[in-house]
Formats: sequence, structure tokens, C-alpha cells
Amino acid sequence: MADENAILEVFRYQPDQKSEPTFQRYEVPFHEEWVVLDALNYIKDHLDGTLSYRWSCRMGICGSCGMMVNGDPKLTCSVFLRDYHPQVMRVEPLRGFPVIRDLVIDLDDFMNKMTEVKAWMIPKEERSIEQGEYLQSPAQLARYRQYSTCINCTLCYAACPVYGRHTEFVGPAAIALAQRYNMDSRDGGYEERAETLFDEHGVWMCTFVGDCSRVCPKNVDPAAAIQQAKVSATKDFYRSLVPWGKRRTET
Amino acid sequence: MSQVQSHDSESSARGDHAARLYHQPWPSDWWLRRASFTLFMIREITAVFVGGYAIFLLVLLFLPAGAFQAAVQGPVSAFMHVIVLVMALYHTVTWLNLTPKVLVVWRGEERVNPILLTAAHYVGWIVLSLVIVGLVVFLAGGGA
Repeated sequence: MADENAILEVFRYQPDQKSEPTFQRYEVPFHEEWVVLDALNYIKDHLDGTLSYRWSCRMGICGSCGMMVNGDPKLTCSVFLRDYHPQVMRVEPLRGFPVIRDLVIDLDDFMNKMTEVKAWMIPKEERSIEQGEYLQSPAQLARYRQYSTCINCTLCYAACPVYGRHTEFVGPAAIALAQRYNMDSRDGGYEERAETLFDEHGVWMCTFVGDCSRVCPKNVDPAAAIQQAKVSATKDFYRSLVPWGKRRTET
Repeated sequence: MSQVQSHDSESSARGDHAARLYHQPWPSDWWLRRASFTLFMIREITAVFVGGYAIFLLVLLFLPAGAFQAAVQGPVSAFMHVIVLVMALYHTVTWLNLTPKVLVVWRGEERVNPILLTAAHYVGWIVLSLVIVGLVVFLAGGGA
């Protein structure tokens, strides 16, 4: 039984009622073991059923409960009330994205970017079932493994000032995932991704602020992926200057 | 005909959806709202000083001897050099610390420790600086 209350100021945007957002204050029981998402669920179940937000797995896997907590992008299933209490917790939708309602953001732009960079495997060579699986050594796996753990939570976009001011920027997660496939020994899609990755809205828009890597709950380090993609593009440019040079697929 | 109507209603729904979205403003003072952002901006601004000093050195090459002496001596020049030195040091240290993000070296399945890579760059920087200082002192002494 909680002896004291935690206070949350929650961003409310209800376009059917008001054209501008407001903040609503809620008091919820303070429990040491509660995460911010537990507090939001308490509000939804006991105080205000109109509050809208996304969540699913409650264990930092699905990536759907990302929100700004006191100005910092967080998975609300992974930050505890005790980390903030007795300070008032201000919960807002992830910065940089359009808001559909309350804490629910519109992810269309992000999903389109994932499609543009072709964030999926484009096999170097097609193999039939009879030919067996695409084999890979542990050393080849190690090259890209870190970038493959992205859960598409978009916290990195909310942390990125470049995306915040220029939403045409492809952005950290999409580039990190493109780089993940570019570095995969089984993939042959480097050329297809290059057009989007290396154009004016691609890797060169990144000014290496590095906050995307700080907020990443899975330690993907998208800032590193972007800088390494820049190195690939630079190598390609110099290779193109010499007659014997040719663009190589990253391995 | 029904397909056309369906397409129109879908477009209309998309238009309604877009019109009801709230676009969060990005504050113009964003770089003051977090220490890491402010440090990033300082790092970027130091590039202006480093670049400016490079231009200053190039200009010196084309000055007559008297003007050269006037440009590199005196309290104003000393103050400027101290400021540029601080900026250049900050610029160098921040970028050297970021090197492992760009340069990844593998030994089989193991990634070479990023701290080793950074340390190697620091050693290279110090050795090169000492060589340049030694060369300048040697030439200033008449090369004897």
C-alpha cells in the first residue's frame, strides 16, 4: 500500500476538443517498483480513461512506449518513478514527431524512411531451398550484430536535433539499420541503399551530436553507424577517381 | 466507379488525419537545454577558430618582414594565440575521443578495445607536436 503519491504532468492533445495541447496533472500512488508506464496505466484504469498512449510488452523489447520524461526520450517501461520522485514527472510525446492524440505520435515518416533505405536483407546471391541456408561465420556476424538490436523505438529521432529541425533527414535508426545490412556478409544491397543513404538528406546531414547513441536503450550506437557509413561513402568516392577502383559491398 | 470513390474517400481521410496532427515546435535555444548539446555547439564553434588561424598563417606567408613581426608580436597577438590554442586543444581532444566511433578495428571476432585506439591517436598527436616544436626551435636557432 502506497503511503505517498507521485505527481505526473501529462501532455494532452485531443484534436476533437481543442486545437492546442495542454498539460494535465495526475496524482498516482508511489510504489518503489513502479515504472512510469505503470503510472500511466493506473491513470488510464482508475483516473482518466480518455488518456491515449502506446505500449505493449512492458519489458523493453517492443519499443512502443517511448515518450519524453522530463525532457529526455525514454522507454516508459524502463524508467522507475523512484528515479524522479518526489520531483514532478512531465510526460510528453516523443519530440520531433507529429502528435495524433495525447502521447501517440505519427510514425508514418519513420516507416517511410525504413522503406527508402531498404532496411531488409537483399541477398547477394539467390539460393534455392535445396542449396541450403545462407552461411555466416561468427566473425562476420560480429561486424554488424550491435546494429541489429535496434527495436525501432525512435528514441534516437527524438534526441536528434538535426531531425528535429529538418525532418527530411533520414535519421539515426534508419541509417543504423541500413548499415547493419550493408555490413552483413550475406547482403548485396549496398548499391541500392547508397542512393538514399548518401544523398543530401542522408548521412551527410548528421553533424555528429551523438545524443542518439546516449538515449538508445539497446546500445545500438547509431551515431557510430552513421559515421562508418560516411567512411564507406568517402572510400567509394576515392575509388571512383581511379580507373581500377570500383565500389565494393561492405563486408 | 466504386474504386474511384474509394480512392477519394481514402485521400479525404488522409487529409483529415494530416490536418488534425499537432506539430511540436523545436525550440531555437535547443542547444542550451542540455549540457551535451551545448558542448557539441562549442566543439563546432572551435572549428571556426581553427580554420581562421589556418587562414591567418597563410596570410603571414605573404606579408613583408616588418608586417610579419607586427602581426605576431605584442599583447594582442599573444592573447589571440592563447584563445586559439585553447580552442584548438578542445577541438582536438573532443574529436580524438570520438575516433573509435568512426574507426573500428577487428581482430577476428573481437573488436580492438576503443580505448587503445584513442590512446594511440593521443600518442601520435603528442609525438607529432613534439617533432614540430623541435623543428621550429631548430629553425629559429638558425638551423645550427
